[in-house]
Amino acid sequence: MNTVVLIAVVLMAVLGLALGVVIGWFAKLFRVETDSRVELVTELLPGANCGGCGKAGCSDFAKSVVAGENPPSKCPVSSSEQISAIAMALGIDAGESFQQRAVVCCGGDMEQTKRLLNYNGVLDCVSASLVAGGPKGCSYGCLGMGTCAHHCPFGAIEMINNLAVVHRELCVGCGNCVAACPRGVIKLVPADADVHIYCNSPAKGAAKKQVCNVPCIGCRKCAKFAPDKFTVNGFLAAVNYQAEAFPTAEDVSAVGCPTGALLTVEEHLKIEQNEPEWSAGKK
Amino acid sequence: MKYLELTVGAVLVYNFVLSRFLGICPFLGVSKRLSTAMGMSGAVIFVMTLASFITTLLYRNVLQFSFGGEKIDLIFLQVLVFILVIAALVQLIEIMLQKLSPVLYQALGIYLPLITTNCAVLGAATISANNGYTVMESTVFGFFSGVGFALALLLFASLRERLELATPPEAFKGTPIALVTAGILAMAFVGFSGLC
Repeated sequence: MNTVVLIAVVLMAVLGLALGVVIGWFAKLFRVETDSRVELVTELLPGANCGGCGKAGCSDFAKSVVAGENPPSKCPVSSSEQISAIAMALGIDAGESFQQRAVVCCGGDMEQTKRLLNYNGVLDCVSASLVAGGPKGCSYGCLGMGTCAHHCPFGAIEMINNLAVVHRELCVGCGNCVAACPRGVIKLVPADADVHIYCNSPAKGAAKKQVCNVPCIGCRKCAKFAPDKFTVNGFLAAVNYQAEAFPTAEDVSAVGCPTGALLTVEEHLKIEQNEPEWSAGKK
Repeated sequence: MKYLELTVGAVLVYNFVLSRFLGICPFLGVSKRLSTAMGMSGAVIFVMTLASFITTLLYRNVLQFSFGGEKIDLIFLQVLVFILVIAALVQLIEIMLQKLSPVLYQALGIYLPLITTNCAVLGAATISANNGYTVMESTVFGFFSGVGFALALLLFASLRERLELATPPEAFKGTPIALVTAGILAMAFVGFSGLC
């Protein structure tokens, strides 16, 4: 009996050891050489795996950078210091960097937009847009269910009073929200643009006024004030992001938009909270 | 006659998936697309043949031997040794594939490590041992068991690709209707019983 136990233990030990040695030997024999630079670049990248560069993730992007397919600056998340660190590590050109930020082109929260119906369906913008167009009266604006906020890998979008608001200090411009929004309300704009037209509806001014307190009615006041900074297309004005200089906060007060669709980013954050001074000033 | 049972029997009559109900996890998990099912089938056939060969070799020569006139019987270690050998074997194949055929390695992906815990592979080894197959018989049995698994998997994958387009009741969508289909497929295979 004792011999059997002894032999069993020895057998298992020998078998385990032998298999271990064979596997170790095989692993050495069939070792796959991986490019150590790929690991290095992966470490230098933010590791958010947001897909903003168009690759499947940070390690995939690192592979393409090492292979020379993409410049490091293709990463929308990395700061210019991080990008130059990657370029330095690889000894290559960093490439032209173009930082973008997302902006929700709608100012219609539950207070500002007419409530058309009580929506009791799935709390998801895509579902809402498919079923009944959501609870709000405007069929071009933010649906307010927060699908973009769920898709943001950086938590940069906050839902305030059923309106998506982008926190610029957190946004990196990866564009996940743009792809997620069924209404196409979110746009990527140059990072240094501070003023935007917060309306997305191409409908006629009067029609917009019926469903929303803060639409762009296409009055051309802004375009008359600064033709190089604003363009008007039909009944919807837009900031000219191709222009040399973007409109500033002073321009906003100088224009005096009659409806309050022209706002700075900070003002857009406040409109959601229904700050009393804004309501008093415009109404 | 013995080899008829080992070949036709393993593929059709005692099909691993549809008659013995072994290896159901990959049968359901990897059968969504025909291409992945093919990759998995190839991997299973390969591992099963090799595993049956090596485990029977061990079973007949290492687990039962005479030691100084005394017969040593270590059959109770059967499952332990088999699992150890199969796991090591899969690991070796994975290492080799990564070097020799990165494309196949990428295609097999997670399925290769999954074979380690595929009960069909252990089942083939155990059945060979219990039936007292010789090394040659066991290898043939392992290969054709793998072919049987592949047949079931490919049939089921083709069925599932069609099922995707069908409109079953809401509650039956996905896995439920797949399980019903698998049951009907298994019933069809009962028709082969008594063949050998």
